[in-house]
Amino acid sequence: MSVAHARPMERDEAQMIAAILAGDSDLYHRLIQPYEFSVYRMALSFVKNEAEAEDVAQEAFLRAFRDLGNFRGESKFSTWLVSIALNEARRRLRRQNTVRMESLDEPPEEGGKVSPALLRDWREIPSEALERRELRALLQKAIEELSPIYREVFVLRDIEELSIEETASALSISISSVKVRLHRARIMLQKDLAPKLKLASPKKGRWLSWH
Amino acid sequence: MALECKHVWDYISEFLDDSLPAEIKEQVQKHLENCEICSAILDSTRNILILTADDRVFELPAGYSERLHARLAREIRASNSRRPEKPRQDQD
Ligand SMILES: [Zn+2]
Repeated sequence: MSVAHARPMERDEAQMIAAILAGDSDLYHRLIQPYEFSVYRMALSFVKNEAEAEDVAQEAFLRAFRDLGNFRGESKFSTWLVSIALNEARRRLRRQNTVRMESLDEPPEEGGKVSPALLRDWREIPSEALERRELRALLQKAIEELSPIYREVFVLRDIEELSIEETASALSISISSVKVRLHRARIMLQKDLAPKLKLASPKKGRWLSWH
Repeated sequence: MALECKHVWDYISEFLDDSLPAEIKEQVQKHLENCEICSAILDSTRNILILTADDRVFELPAGYSERLHARLAREIRASNSRRPEKPRQDQD
């Protein structure tokens, strides 16, 4: 991801936003360029297919443009954009009625334990070692199967790489809730994915494993 | 006081984030040195986080960027025409 991931840090985004609000609207194209991929990736974690994810991403970028005047600069632009994308994804899910009630989703004991998959040894699997399509399908399915409260925390923290604090504020939950949910999400993913990844078919001749 | 495996599992996430208090972190580390099951859990969890964060696993649909910017351009044009103080030549 070379082009899309040009470092946003070296840009003065506050100044770009001020210029856009002052009338140089076309600058918005450049403002969002570094985030095209991450907003799409985030949308894809919530909806079922690529076309829908693209749609959600477009809506999020449009909404962010319309609401740019409300951006107060207290958070990073990227964090603000992520919460807009999150809301867009939620809106979409709500419209489809695919969101089950959280209370039904939530495991009975909030403080209860989630157990990991027990394996005796683990040799690191680099993403190049597996067929990309197969790996993508495995990861996407596993994330999709997390219930919303875990998925949201996981996506913001481990995919969008927000800090614990930023994740808490984007979701309007406490820092300790973020930590608990994140822990459970990660362990649930380990439990689901570790055995599957060990058995996933390696690229031809590149990787012989399981012991 | 030695930690049991199931207590170590409770610390996996914070261990990965390096946000455990020093004494607990040390106990976990000591346990990991001697427990291949917990080490495998930690390594596999870390590996999975690396894979899910790996942008190369996912790719943008062909033409995504072009479609996005085309839609934005339409929106921007519409908003400019609503902005009387900044007239554009292409206004009608
Ligand atoms: Zn152990």
